[in-house]
Amino acid sequence: MMESFVPAILSLTRSLARAGAGLALAASSALAFAQGPSGASADIVKRGEYLARAGDCVACHTQPGDKLFGGGRAMPTPFGTLYSPNITADNETGIGKWTADEFYRMMHTGRSRDGSLLYPAMPYGAYTKVTRADSDAIFAYLRSVPPVHQPNRPHEMRFPYNNRELLLGWRTLYFREGEYQADPTRSVEWNRGAYLVQGLGHCSMCHTAINALGGSSESKAFEGGLIPMQDWYAPSLTSNKEAGLGDWSIEDISDLLQKGVAKRGAVYGPMAEVVYDSLQYLSDDDVRAMAVYLKSLPQHGGDNGANGKSAMSGEERALLVRLGAKIYDAQCATCHGKRGEGKLPDFPPLANNQSIQMTSAVNPIRMVLNGGYAPGTMKNPAPYGMPPFAQSLSDEEVAAVVTFIRTAWGNRGTPVTAKEANALRSATLN
Amino acid sequence: MQARVLACAACHGAKGEGTDNDYFPRLAGKPAGYLYNQLIAFRDGHRQYPPMNYLLAYLPDAYLHRIAEYFASQRPPYPPASTPAIPASLLARGQQLAKLGDPSKDIPACASCHGAALTGMEPAIPGLLGLHADYISAQLGAWRYGTRKSYAPDCMHEVASRLTNDDITAVAAWLAASPGPANPAFAPAGSLKMPLRCGSEPQ
Repeated sequence: MMESFVPAILSLTRSLARAGAGLALAASSALAFAQGPSGASADIVKRGEYLARAGDCVACHTQPGDKLFGGGRAMPTPFGTLYSPNITADNETGIGKWTADEFYRMMHTGRSRDGSLLYPAMPYGAYTKVTRADSDAIFAYLRSVPPVHQPNRPHEMRFPYNNRELLLGWRTLYFREGEYQADPTRSVEWNRGAYLVQGLGHCSMCHTAINALGGSSESKAFEGGLIPMQDWYAPSLTSNKEAGLGDWSIEDISDLLQKGVAKRGAVYGPMAEVVYDSLQYLSDDDVRAMAVYLKSLPQHGGDNGANGKSAMSGEERALLVRLGAKIYDAQCATCHGKRGEGKLPDFPPLANNQSIQMTSAVNPIRMVLNGGYAPGTMKNPAPYGMPPFAQSLSDEEVAAVVTFIRTAWGNRGTPVTAKEANALRSATLN
Repeated sequence: MQARVLACAACHGAKGEGTDNDYFPRLAGKPAGYLYNQLIAFRDGHRQYPPMNYLLAYLPDAYLHRIAEYFASQRPPYPPASTPAIPASLLARGQQLAKLGDPSKDIPACASCHGAALTGMEPAIPGLLGLHADYISAQLGAWRYGTRKSYAPDCMHEVASRLTNDDITAVAAWLAASPGPANPAFAPAGSLKMPLRCGSEPQ
């Protein structure tokens, strides 16, 4: 019911919808055809726009409701607040003076035009895999967008993180430069999917645990992790106990990515934003390629046996489950079914739903507290929504009903305490 | 559509009739243009209330239109009028402001824009009945301090800035104490000559 992947690292508290930006993008693409940057054909600009969608540039480089790619969006991190730069073609405040070479070097090596090291909130660890041709197309597209004169806002990083030289150490540990290398033993489709997932999609920024240094280890790629500052858990893509996709059909994975809903669940929270801003615009072929690659990820990790074990006493647990069952029957069963079977396609099943049973109970607790709509997409323009219960259920009741759905009908999650429920009441909502 | 808006019903009631919570307003029967403007403002963060901002963040315009039209078309009964907990003199001041305004302070009557029956005017002026006094006074406060804004010219900011704290208490209590209208229909667009220019209701 609730996957949540996210594009950007160190996580942007996502404020609000970006529909305004979406409109601006549509308008600007018309402009792009008309003007085109010097030397770039309309075809390349159009391809660049598509690739910029795949890279979800808009999520960080556009303030909700403000001018496209004008930057200035606050990105709170555990180390301070970063502000995304203006990436329009404005000469003074944007990237108007950049060349395609410099743009590629930035994407590929994480160094800005003046040679300074970029904070890894810019996902160059992923973008380094982007080909020169794709980088050039994105650059041509960015040059075609109306320039915005808006000076960059200085970052507010705490000492010692305000010293960018420290990034040299971070890079040594976590950054591997290099374009995507096709695996000749795999299909063209698989390689296309791997290129998109590892490169522009920068999925690993959230779906790989981030350690205290803000780094993520390649050996743990796609094993999931709590997204800092956002309090959503990005599930493992390599464990069938979480969002591992090994036993999902290609169609269900594609639907989840492109429509935002599938027979196995729907996206909420940060992943809803990714679908809304980025994945819904990708072609059926590209989405399918991503699904093929994701399904093929080796299944490991996450099988740490935590499921079913908990410090809670049997008696306490029995009490919670009894209360939870009562709440479930009264509040949840109408939509999710007496046996958690859901009512497809609109109300996701809770029985045998991986995201309910994951070791981390953050997502199910948040869904009960805050509710949520799946994103409105071209293929699912009028999604159904889960009501919030923060205003009507106590901490103990939230813990009870989440414990119930995590353990009923053969689900093998652990019980949840009122304290865990309470802690998430103050989670950032936007 | 009712099943699609279950997420709204938790706080606003199945048909948007409101609940006993002071701060979750009645939506039913408010003109669709008004409801749509609010949905967009919450989605884009121009009107701040994190639970609403969060719920609407990834919903496209066309769907927000449908949601607005759904609640605009609902006609659930109005709640029983509340018994005001304020002195009769203050209540009388509230009635005066709502029906006649206070020309000496350049305060227009609520009725001059929201309709003689206070049921609102199409496309985007809301009805004022069936709301809790605390909700109304909180909104007037927010208009006054600029934490709630509308399209320029922001007429409600101007009006709220001319009200004293007692005026706000008075008019909120009087509105909340008024019974539901006999006919809940809102006034047709352009049927009232508005005393102020309003960005959300161009005339």
